[in-house]
Amino acid sequence: MSAPSLPRLQHIIGSGIVAAVGIWVAFVSYTQQPSEAFLFPRLISSVFVVLALWTFAKACLGWTKVGGGISVRQFTNLLPGLIIALIYIFWAAKGLGFYTATTLAFFILLSLYDPAPHDAVRSWLRRILITAIFMVVIYGLFAKLLTVYTPREVFF
Amino acid sequence: MEFLFYMGDVFTPINFGLLLLGTIGGLILGATPGLSPTMAVALLIPFTFQLDAAQGLILLGAAYTSTVAGGAVSAILLKIPGAPANIATTLDGHTMARKGEGAKALQISFLASAVGGVFGVLLLIFLTPVLAQWALAFGPSHLFWLAILGVTVIGSLDSKSVVKGLLSGCIGLWLATIGFDDIMGAQRFIFHPALGGGINIIAALIGLFAIPQVITMFAKGRHNDGAEVIEVQKHPIGGAIRELLRNKRAMGIGTASGSIIGLIPGVGGQIAGLVAYDQAKKFSPEREKFGTGHSEGVIAAESANNAMVGPSLVPLLTLSIPGSPTAAVLLGGLLIHGIFPGTDLFDNHPDVAWTFINSMLIGQVLMCLFGLYVAGLAAKVAQVPQSVMAAVVLGLAVFGSYSVQSSMGDVYVMAALGVMMYFLERFGFSAAPLVLGLILGPIAEANFIQGSMIANATDGMSAYFLGGGLNLFLIAVVIASIFYSAYMELRSRRYTSKEEIMA
Repeated sequence: MSAPSLPRLQHIIGSGIVAAVGIWVAFVSYTQQPSEAFLFPRLISSVFVVLALWTFAKACLGWTKVGGGISVRQFTNLLPGLIIALIYIFWAAKGLGFYTATTLAFFILLSLYDPAPHDAVRSWLRRILITAIFMVVIYGLFAKLLTVYTPREVFF
Repeated sequence: MEFLFYMGDVFTPINFGLLLLGTIGGLILGATPGLSPTMAVALLIPFTFQLDAAQGLILLGAAYTSTVAGGAVSAILLKIPGAPANIATTLDGHTMARKGEGAKALQISFLASAVGGVFGVLLLIFLTPVLAQWALAFGPSHLFWLAILGVTVIGSLDSKSVVKGLLSGCIGLWLATIGFDDIMGAQRFIFHPALGGGINIIAALIGLFAIPQVITMFAKGRHNDGAEVIEVQKHPIGGAIRELLRNKRAMGIGTASGSIIGLIPGVGGQIAGLVAYDQAKKFSPEREKFGTGHSEGVIAAESANNAMVGPSLVPLLTLSIPGSPTAAVLLGGLLIHGIFPGTDLFDNHPDVAWTFINSMLIGQVLMCLFGLYVAGLAAKVAQVPQSVMAAVVLGLAVFGSYSVQSSMGDVYVMAALGVMMYFLERFGFSAAPLVLGLILGPIAEANFIQGSMIANATDGMSAYFLGGGLNLFLIAVVIASIFYSAYMELRSRRYTSKEEIMA
């Protein structure tokens, strides 16, 4: 028996996680008190767990179209951007201050994924200019127009 | 004719200014590949907090209408549909542009969009109050089944896999139960402090629609799309109007198909455009010209995808069931202003309802007028590199979700749901049913609890929820939509395997 292809393996793992969540939701719904508060969650979780297990079983047995999945190339492409985005959202925005973190994240992401050459001064100047324009627009919209007070923390 | 009474409200300086802003901004956003109408409207919601309900809805409605039409610009000039609704436009529109008829294709596309759009909004104007009165007869059990119907119809019709569509809907319904229970005050599924107040709909909408797009752009790497914009030659507008009048059949087919499809919850503009294109081709004496830069193809597709916009709001404004994912986002926009669709909207907030609907009517005309002038600029914006778009959308998503309640918890929820949705989409799950579950979950639960209290005091649960003509009708529609979609899925698989064999 040959090993499952990468998309199918990913599909099995993905649907397995969904099934595990479904089982947990059903378990909590049927065991937590007061039961009146979990009447509707019980109804949903019963359908949720059946559909999730059905999807997982189909994935394991190879009875389903698996979708495109994520190729190794796509994964290596998205990984740096995703890591930076998650650091930005879950730590830097609060730790450094919204505007500082956004400026850094925007500039790093732009530099990482910009197809323009990395050894040309002109393209670096363009990236700095785009970042500055974006931050001015964001500051104008949120701080001035909508008067949203964002965490300032270490820096601005 | 109540709508005429509120027509003047559209022309107050602020309202008209917002309408112009939404229309022009929407045309540019719509032309940008990767920025779907749903995502554009979701990202705009935080900007409506400080506006009146009617003003906020005018902005969102204008953006909805014009992003759909603006998508035609990149479809015609770049061969990249700005939105899924514009896929059919690409087939003939881009070929026309290649033949040096880019301006003509753009003109007939905006004119057809306006005609289809106006018809669709008129349908919205005349159908909505009638259905809203009809909705008065609905009790808790009917409203519960309606909410379930909204989730199952979108879950089954909008997804490639019926089971995965319904599963997405269940995930959305479950997410809606996170937080404190309204009646007992009990904690439910609060496994992180950020979830204490439940999942904020706006933050969730931004995350579910914007973050997967951002990650998709990351996944392309340092890739230059290299999309070449075709230069647009001048073309007299009179010629485009005559062309439209010559192709009344395609116009009629497009408008009728779009309007009917728009009324069916869950079937979006993408299907409207493709069905209209297919039908126009079948009924055309020049069907062999379709795909070779034939104006009938553009007219049918564009009139259909804009005719769909108005009717897609009929089930939303009457029964709280959004007709499309973008309509679901608009429902979120209504709820944050404390307005509930249905008779409440037309009885207690007629100024909001009619000003919004009238603005969509005027917006169609503005979209046509400005579309022709903004097209060139929009095509340039469509060339903005993906790296810039990804960073801009991420920044807007973070600021937008934070500004909802000035809470970092909303930003975490937005990011977590967005990343989860990206991976789920890779395996055939769809965001639309999940969003519907999240939005309709509280409506379904409130009516389920209310219904069960009535049932316990009267005939019991099964008699109350499964008895009565209207309950049985709604249950039959739920079951029929699931079986129909399952049948269509099996049929398409059979055809796919036959094609694979032939290949």
